[in-house]
Amino acid sequence: METRILIAGFGGQGILFLGKYLAAIGMALDRQVSWLPSYGPEMRGGTAQCGVILADTAIGSPLVEEPDILAAMNNPSFAAFEGAVKPGGSLYYDPAFVPEDARTRSDIAYLPVPAAQASEDESLKGLANMIMAGALLKSLPEVTADVIEAAMKKTVPERKKEMFDANMRAVALGYAF
Amino acid sequence: MSEKVLIKGNEAVAEAAIASGCRHFFGYPITPQSELAAYLARRMPKVGGVYLQAESEVAAINMVYGASAAGVRCMTSSSSPGISLKSEGLSYLAGCDLPAVVVNVQRGGPGLGGIQPSQADYFQATRGGGHGDYHIIVLAPGGVQEMFSYTCKAFDLADQYRMTVMVLTDGILGQMMEATSMTVNSEQATANSEKPWAVGGVRTGRARNIVNSLYLKPSELEETNLARYEKYKLVEDAEQAHDSYLLDDAEIVVAAYGASARIAKNAVDEARNRGVKAGLLRPVTLWPFPKKAFLEASKHARAFVSVEMSMGQMIEDIELAIRCSRPVSLCSRVGGMVPDPAKILQAIISASQEATA
Repeated sequence: METRILIAGFGGQGILFLGKYLAAIGMALDRQVSWLPSYGPEMRGGTAQCGVILADTAIGSPLVEEPDILAAMNNPSFAAFEGAVKPGGSLYYDPAFVPEDARTRSDIAYLPVPAAQASEDESLKGLANMIMAGALLKSLPEVTADVIEAAMKKTVPERKKEMFDANMRAVALGYAF
Repeated sequence: MSEKVLIKGNEAVAEAAIASGCRHFFGYPITPQSELAAYLARRMPKVGGVYLQAESEVAAINMVYGASAAGVRCMTSSSSPGISLKSEGLSYLAGCDLPAVVVNVQRGGPGLGGIQPSQADYFQATRGGGHGDYHIIVLAPGGVQEMFSYTCKAFDLADQYRMTVMVLTDGILGQMMEATSMTVNSEQATANSEKPWAVGGVRTGRARNIVNSLYLKPSELEETNLARYEKYKLVEDAEQAHDSYLLDDAEIVVAAYGASARIAKNAVDEARNRGVKAGLLRPVTLWPFPKKAFLEASKHARAFVSVEMSMGQMIEDIELAIRCSRPVSLCSRVGGMVPDPAKILQAIISASQEATA
């Protein structure tokens, strides 16, 4: 089984970090993983995207052209990649950036995650990405509390205790949506 | 076995250099290679090594030339336009029979081109790059794990044959992260072989060594060329390497290296689902080209498809290897565009239909 995930948004929203955490989740689940960022001028602002694949067998192409799961963290990403989502797939998006009437498909699941708003309400400034990560984890099988924590330890070392706790709280918040 | 870590291809190459006992790195930043140099800027001082950002690519390769002549393991890395600048140095290294490891994380060209992935430096790499009759060994990793292991191998091959070994990769493999095991056996880390030819001070009373590529007597220069080509014959015989996937009964053989091979694998799977007997032959050494594997595959292949991020470069080596005994078609995207599995699948199906007709 192979799960292909595309994460897209503004540079600075922590798109690549979100992807890295999902790849760490895959490793904690003992699956094959790949993580491929966009590395163009968008690294210095503008749009950023990142493809993550979790698989049971060796991964061929690391490019995510038809994602099973899309996380759109802004409206341009929603518009650009909504059409690419595999029929039957899931589109997670932040309703703060995407208007109600933006949806155009009937063969995918739309899952609004008010990550930006929640990050403000819960004093998790800058962690909307990890709230989104928490929400996404519900689409992945076998993700347990242990896996969530083990992957976080790989992504944010525990010696950065403060950031570790905040990230864990953000993921838990997203998971609860 | 040690735990796997999630690491970028560029960084895996850098860590492999450390693991292989390389303590001298000379570089100059360029996308999409820069993480490699940045990683070594942090790591080298911690292991007592030298990290030096040169004033240009030309300076960096000549620092490699000097360090190698002094007998130490050394490396430089760049991306396409920077490798062109280093090409003079590659020729001098060959003319002096010096070992070196050079990494090219290819981007679109020609000229400054772009910064997205490409494989358009195939000819440049496999034909040596600079002037004169010479070869370099060219290794093409297929993933981040191989970025690590083939960089380690590059140092060994360089010392063994006193040649430049190029790790030829691309922006996709350089930038992507995969779970990678970065252990080497202790032998590898101390594999710096004896280098009785090295310069660096005559403290022991031995006769002085000279490292030089200038021979004004044509007969002497011819002799060095002939001797070098005797060595190349040994390399061609002993070092051809490839990987294969569903190749044993393949009627349509897809040939691709590096990131293209990763993508082609998906297309091969899909072709099999549709009843086309496709298989993948992935050259791991681009020079020496794995001719034996291609000749062997031509016994059951009806056609070959060369998948490249270049305008048809490797395809020439395939045609030479199989002596044009089967049709070879090209499936390519260039300029930083990447072939998608659907396009490759179409090329496989076309090749299959044409071979039947």
